[in-house]
Amino acid sequence: MSASIHRPYVTSCPPLHAVLLGGAATLFLAALLSDIAYTRSYEIQWNNFASWLIAGGLVVAGAALVCAILGLLPARRTRHSLLHFVLLLVAWIVGLLNALWHARDAWASMPGGLVLSVITVLLACAATWLGCGAVRTGGAP
Amino acid sequence: MNRLAPAALALATMLAACSGEQPPLQYGADPELPEPRRGLMPDMVIAKPAGWGDRVPLVPEGFEVRAIATDLLIPRQTLVLPNGDILVAEGRGGNAPRLKPKDVIAGPIKAAGTTQVQSGNRLTLLRDADGDGDYEIQTVFAANLNAPYGLALVGDSLYVANQDAVVRFDYTPGQTQASAATPETLALLPSEINHHWTKAMTASADGRRLYVGIGSNSNITERGMLAEQDRAMVWEIDVASGMHRPYATGLRNPTALAIQPGSGQLWAVVNERDELGPNLVPDYLTSVREGGFYGWPWAYWGQHVDERVRPRNPEKVAQAITPDYSLGAHVAALGLDFSSAAMGPAFADGAFVGMHGSWNRADPVGYKVVFVPFRNGRPAGDPVDFVTGFRDDDGTTRGRPVGVTVDPRGALIVADDLSNTIWRVSRVDAPALDPVPPLGEDAGGMDDRDGATGDDTGPGDDEAGTTPTPAPPPPG
Repeated sequence: MSASIHRPYVTSCPPLHAVLLGGAATLFLAALLSDIAYTRSYEIQWNNFASWLIAGGLVVAGAALVCAILGLLPARRTRHSLLHFVLLLVAWIVGLLNALWHARDAWASMPGGLVLSVITVLLACAATWLGCGAVRTGGAP
Repeated sequence: MNRLAPAALALATMLAACSGEQPPLQYGADPELPEPRRGLMPDMVIAKPAGWGDRVPLVPEGFEVRAIATDLLIPRQTLVLPNGDILVAEGRGGNAPRLKPKDVIAGPIKAAGTTQVQSGNRLTLLRDADGDGDYEIQTVFAANLNAPYGLALVGDSLYVANQDAVVRFDYTPGQTQASAATPETLALLPSEINHHWTKAMTASADGRRLYVGIGSNSNITERGMLAEQDRAMVWEIDVASGMHRPYATGLRNPTALAIQPGSGQLWAVVNERDELGPNLVPDYLTSVREGGFYGWPWAYWGQHVDERVRPRNPEKVAQAITPDYSLGAHVAALGLDFSSAAMGPAFADGAFVGMHGSWNRADPVGYKVVFVPFRNGRPAGDPVDFVTGFRDDDGTTRGRPVGVTVDPRGALIVADDLSNTIWRVSRVDAPALDPVPPLGEDAGGMDDRDGATGDDTGPGDDEAGTTPTPAPPPPG
């Protein structure tokens, strides 16, 4: 490929970062859906699913956080880099609290676990939006 | 293990700092119960195992203690045979899968506070042939069992409660080894998952029924209600046919059963649920009423609703019986036996309870053997420390008591599953080892009790030699 390719705009989000953000948001969302299923059915397996999905979400979101930190480097920084990082960090912390809350036995994890799942999903989606949706036109990345 | 211990301690210290001051444990018939409380993480303080070295447990004045067997393979419960021999059930059971990330993390932390040896899956026989208190003969009575726990002798039948079945050996007094390599199966027991795997057992006074304690398959239904089919109850098994029925239900983890001398009443110690705070829920000692429902999982200590259980069941809550006597929350009572006059006047009327010790409490409790005094057949007064010194305040833990068995010759046999030792706590002045007539009267008092575990020829016929006295025919 020649250097003549000129993209009219670039995202601040490298593909790996995008995959990680999408994965984390999806896992947290799946946990939320499992929580909803548990509150409606009292079927304990949904509670187990939610616990593992949150744990998985934390791992993937943790990797995304590393990308977000790298995105704060001067060479890569964009308008939303800092806010993206902060939102993702808060999402991760709330997710960790949610994981601990889900470790409470049976219905003791509810309704607090459901509330925390909702907050985690909202934060993760907002962080993803800022991290991957931010665009700027022209120039070097 | 040692790598995990500092981490566990750090965690525990951090959590202890959060939990603040803890009121003392509540004993007796009417404990004051606080509101349920659980922070982001459960309180966890795990024992730090250490050897005994030259030390021994502490016992009351007038008693002495000695290790009569060491290096066993996880001794749990013991049975004193009519000729004074002691049978020890050794093993570790359970095959509960790890369901949540929590199980993966907490499992190894808790395991650090227990022994690291492999499950023995066997019965060891100990014999003090000359009556000097030194058990010089040690043989493997039976091997290849499956996490044996409860033991009962009825006539010439020795029943062993494995984690999945009650099995039967022929027993002839004086035997040091079972005549059959493979026992007969009397009844299969619920063993799926086996979160609480121990199958406590005792025989009715007339020897026609066996009572088997079957613990719940979870702390508080977190493995689902389907897993609790046939769990958290005491079964009554007909010795002749092997048929069973639930005798009492709602007993979360009945870890030791004993028949009260005289009345023939079944009693149990029960381990209650965790993660509701330092003083909830009290483990208890109770007489077990036929057909009674004791609350688990929907209610605790009578009709206190446990909100962690869904769906709710107000009808079952309304049926729940309040237990007789609180031993204190989280003490982990695993041993129970009624005393006799042979234990001396101060400890003649009451029950001994072995307490394995807590994990779910910032200020650890248990780790000792207590004596619960009785009057008129009922518990009366606070528990009295009987064997202590298992754990130091800094967490150093040399032993953890499990089964306790009263030797009619005037001693308490204590199984210690951390140091893999059997301790014998005997009276110093030792009329216990002296086969004189006054003890024969004690033997009269022991008859009912020993009806529960077989036919005792009584403490009066303390075995002076290796020739065993034949047991009389079973009553009834």
